[in-house]
Amino acid sequence: MVKGTIKIDAKICKGCELCIIACPQNALALSPNFNDKGYRYVELISNVCTGCANCALVCPEAGITVYREPKPAKKPQVKVE
Amino acid sequence: MNEKLYLEDEENLGTQTEENYEQVYCRPNTLTDVPFHYCPGCGHSVVHKVLMEVVEEIGIQEEIIGVAPVGCSVFAYHYMNIDMQEAAHGRASAVATGIKRVLPEKYVFSYQGDGDLAAIGTAETIHTVNRGENILMVFINNGIYGMTGGQMAPTTLPGMVTSTSPYGRDVSMVGNPIKIADLLCLLPGAYYVTRQAVHNPNAVRKLKKAFMKAFEYQKQKKGTCFIEVVSNCPSGWKMTPVETIKYLEEKMFPAYPLGDLKVPKN
Ligand SMILES: Cc1ncc(C[n+]2csc(CCOP(=O)(O)OP(=O)(O)O)c2C)c(N)n1
Ligand code: SF4
Ligand code: SF4
Ligand code: SF4
Repeated sequence: MVKGTIKIDAKICKGCELCIIACPQNALALSPNFNDKGYRYVELISNVCTGCANCALVCPEAGITVYREPKPAKKPQVKVE
Repeated sequence: MNEKLYLEDEENLGTQTEENYEQVYCRPNTLTDVPFHYCPGCGHSVVHKVLMEVVEEIGIQEEIIGVAPVGCSVFAYHYMNIDMQEAAHGRASAVATGIKRVLPEKYVFSYQGDGDLAAIGTAETIHTVNRGENILMVFINNGIYGMTGGQMAPTTLPGMVTSTSPYGRDVSMVGNPIKIADLLCLLPGAYYVTRQAVHNPNAVRKLKKAFMKAFEYQKQKKGTCFIEVVSNCPSGWKMTPVETIKYLEEKMFPAYPLGDLKVPKN
C-alpha cells in the first residue's frame, strides 16, 4: 500500500465532516478541541492514509494538503546486446 | 511506522510530514488567502476551488475575467485571485457578454446561483445562450435562495419545504421545477451543456474535466458552454452537510440527472 499523509489547516476548517465520509481509509475524525472560529476541526487519527487526496478534493475550505511517498525509482533497464 | 506522520503539531494544529514525501495536492495559488464566508459544507466553495485549480493548471490567471452574481457567491471576487466584475442580480451573463465583446482574447465566465440565473435573470440567460456568446456560464443549482434565507426557487423540488413553501412546494400553484440546462440545449448557440456535482471526490474530478473542456472550447471560439453544478445548501435545507449529500443522491439527482446534456458533434 502506498503511504501518504495530509496536513489540515485547522484554522480554516469548519468541521463539515465531508472529508471524513470521503476517506476510504477512515483515517479522519473530528477533534474534541475547537479552533478560533469555534468549529471542531478535523484530524488525521491513524497512519493508514494512502495520500489518495479524496479528502482534499471535497474539502470546501481548500484546507487540506496531501503528501505521498514517492514511487520507488524504476530499475535501470539493462540492454542485452 | 513513524508516529510523526499523524501526531499533532502544536504550532500548526496540523500534522507533520515525512521529509521525503512529495506533495500531491494543495490549495490552488489562484485562490486568495481569504477564508470562505460560506456556511460549513457549502458547495459554492468547492466549485470556487475547482474552478481556480483549472485556471492555475492551464495557466490563464492573467487572461481570465469572471463575473460574480448576487446571491451567496456575491463575494466570489474576494476569493478568486483573478480580474472580476460584479453584476446586478440576474445580469451576470449580460455583463459577461459585454466584457467578452470588448476583450475577445480574454477567457470570460459568469458564475450564478439558481435564483439569479433561473429566476430574475432568465431572460439574460436564454438570450446569452441563444446568441452563442463565446463564454462559460457556471450555474450553481442548490434548489433554493440561499442568501436571503432559504426561500423557494424555480428549481425547488416538488414538496420541498422552504421558508416560502412551509407545506412543501405545491406544483399546482407554482409549477414544476425548471430544468434550465435542458431548455438551453434546444438553442443552437449552446455548444456544450453539462450537469455536474461536487458531492464526492469523483464528481469533483469530473467537474474539473468539464471546466477544462469548456475553456478549450472557448479558446476555439465555439460558442456558449454551460456547466450546471447540482449543489447543496446546508443552511437553507436545514440539514448537516453530511445529510445534504444523502438528500442530493436521493432527491436532487433523480430530478436533475448528472451527465452531459449537449456535446459537440464531430
Ligand atoms: C433586484 C434584486 N432583487 C432581489 C434581491 C434579493 N436577493 C438577493 S440574493 C437573492 C437570491 C439568491 O439565490 P441564488 O441565486 O439561488 O443564490 P444562492 O444564495 O442560493 O447561492 C435575492 C432574491 C436583490 N439583491 N436584488
Ligand atoms: S488522502 Fe485519502 S486516505 Fe489520506 S486522509 Fe485523505 S482521504 Fe483519507
Ligand atoms: S472537509 Fe475541510 S472544512 Fe470540512 S471538516 Fe474536512 S477539513 Fe474541515
Ligand atoms: S446559505 Fe446555503 S448557499 Fe449560502 S453559503 Fe450557506 S449553505 Fe451556501
